[in-house]
Amino acid sequence: MNVSNLLRIAFRALQHNMMRAFLTMLGIIIGVGAVIAMVAIGEGSKASIQAQISAMGSNMVTVRPNSNVAGGVRLDATSVQSLSLDDVQALLKQGQYMSAVSPGVSSKGQVINGSLNWSTTLQGVSPAFLDIRDWPLKSGVVFTDKDVSSAAKVCLIGQTVVDNIFINGEDPVGQVIRFSHIPFKIIGVLGKKGENAFGQDQDDVIIAPYTTVMKRIMATVYLQNIYASARNETVTDSASGEISTILRASHRLKPTDADDFTVRTQAELINTFSSTSKLLTILLTAIAAISLVVGGIGIMNIMYVSVTERTKEIGLRMALGARGIDILYQFLIEAILISITGGVIGVILGVAASSLIRIFLSWPTLVSQSSVVLSFMVCALTGVFFGYYPALKASRLDPIDALRYE
Amino acid sequence: MEKKTLEIKDLKRDFLMGEETVSALKGITFTVLAGEFMTIMGSSGSGKTTLLNIIGCLDKPSSGTYLLDGVDIEKLSRNELARLRNQKIGFVFQSYNLLPRTSALENVELPMMYNGAISSKQRKEKATHALEQVKLADRMGHMPNQLSGGQQQRVAIARALVNDPVMILADEATGNLDSRTSYEIMTVFQELNDKGKTIVFVTHEPDIATFSTRTITLRDGRIIKDFKNDNKRSATEVLKALPVNEDDKI
Ligand SMILES: Nc1ncnc2c1ncn2[C@@H]1O[C@H](COP(=O)(O)OP(=O)(O)OP(=O)(O)O)[C@@H](O)[C@H]1O
Ligand SMILES: [Mg+2]
Repeated sequence: MNVSNLLRIAFRALQHNMMRAFLTMLGIIIGVGAVIAMVAIGEGSKASIQAQISAMGSNMVTVRPNSNVAGGVRLDATSVQSLSLDDVQALLKQGQYMSAVSPGVSSKGQVINGSLNWSTTLQGVSPAFLDIRDWPLKSGVVFTDKDVSSAAKVCLIGQTVVDNIFINGEDPVGQVIRFSHIPFKIIGVLGKKGENAFGQDQDDVIIAPYTTVMKRIMATVYLQNIYASARNETVTDSASGEISTILRASHRLKPTDADDFTVRTQAELINTFSSTSKLLTILLTAIAAISLVVGGIGIMNIMYVSVTERTKEIGLRMALGARGIDILYQFLIEAILISITGGVIGVILGVAASSLIRIFLSWPTLVSQSSVVLSFMVCALTGVFFGYYPALKASRLDPIDALRYE
Repeated sequence: MEKKTLEIKDLKRDFLMGEETVSALKGITFTVLAGEFMTIMGSSGSGKTTLLNIIGCLDKPSSGTYLLDGVDIEKLSRNELARLRNQKIGFVFQSYNLLPRTSALENVELPMMYNGAISSKQRKEKATHALEQVKLADRMGHMPNQLSGGQQQRVAIARALVNDPVMILADEATGNLDSRTSYEIMTVFQELNDKGKTIVFVTHEPDIATFSTRTITLRDGRIIKDFKNDNKRSATEVLKALPVNEDDKI
């Protein structure tokens, strides 16, 4: 018996029981739809985190003082005093894999422009910082090394700050604002960066020479961060190793001592986040897969009922010359048809659901081709797997017994 | 020496009903030659259907041998039996056994679905032709539940004819028909027989038996009479002789 005949027979049988076929499909539809939507959510958030982290500058390596345990008291990063400008000098001098290094300090405070004020963060860095962060200026110029050595009261301001203290649309460049009573002359406006992977507004910032911030605002000689940039993406790990070595030497740590700093590359950050979202994806997928199995059992159940119900029909077909294998194929194809049709509807539904989630909940979703192909194949397999036993049962019936079945 | 289509020797068929054993056939022996038109008669419960099922390769005997065209049925596999049923045998069931919710035409097409050599176009043509033979050309699209009992029976006959079998087995194929239609059907069977097809026809009506060349009578699972009819009536002539009556129309 050829395939077109088999398909015809299977279509007929489903047509006769449309409602039942649809209800049977429902399990598969929901299962596949759920798999696709869930994976789309997982993949979407992963992709957006990756994009955001690499937007921070994928070559960037950051160093933070370790919040190491001192006499049982855990100190927070600002009060740990392990990174200093000497470290930056050491890195600049000895680094092979780094193209730029910048110290980093930051202070929260109120910025005032006339009658307007805004609470923001003042970051003290070197001019190299903007290259490390891959952060262009929208207007104006970057402060110079000379500004750094003279601790000049100049700054660059982020877009959010501009929006909040220059509400009339005037050009901020050349204006003077105050941060903690210190007047700063604005020499440039930073390009818009948007939110980072943690949901923080990266444009809510004022950037000034680190000397100015350390001496005039914070009165400290310690750093909260060191930012470095690897020569290219492939040597970030080497750069990170090199930084550790140099810093350990500069801090005179014994081999048995633990690091009093932490070096992080962007790749590590991406991995950290990817692994959490990977776990999420696995969990969601598992739940969805379970619903697929439940759907499959639904198919099996209905196919068994159908075989029993149609025993007489099977007997007749056999009496008219159907072989066992013809009957097996007939029921198998019916099961596969149910599961594949369910699969197609499920895929459409899943893709639609992902779009709706993106549009209405503004979650990032990404329908991956592999999830569509995979769930579709799982569907077909579900049909074969769960349809096989009922079909086998049908094919083994004895023609005369089946024909006499009431 | 004429070719033997059926050779049945000491055929027995017992049904196990829990503790009890019902012997439906208690030793049947006969031979049917190719081209014979045989009727089987006998009272209800005498074992006619049981015998026909075995001849049609649907059921297997409990003991005894059955050769079809010289081949021992016992030795054939399930698939070979299926092929045999499909291409050599046309079976008209006592209870019609039409597929519900399936048009008359598609019901007739059914045996050809399992014959890979027939294209869907040929299938339709042959099915249409078979339905025309049983005078149902105007009911092809009807579902079985939209047909009268007699019409359903004729669809079942068309289905048995359609695959051009060598042997046609009919279980009370005229049981539900008025005499005029019965004769029309008998005309069809006689025509098929003239073309060389072997026919085994179960009936209750002695009148129908007169159209055949041989009648065996069963009682309680045994053959009690084997009668050779040398002057078989022609159904065409009987039909001609019948007064044309409006009520007799289909
Ligand atoms: N599957 C079965 N199980 C048990 N007994 C059966 C079975 N099939 C037939 N019989 C018995 O075998 C005997 C013969 O039955 P069969 O159907 O052959 O009769 P028949 O001659 O065709 O009768 P009718 O003219 O009423 O159709 C009956 O007594 C019946 O009860
Ligand atoms: Mg009977």
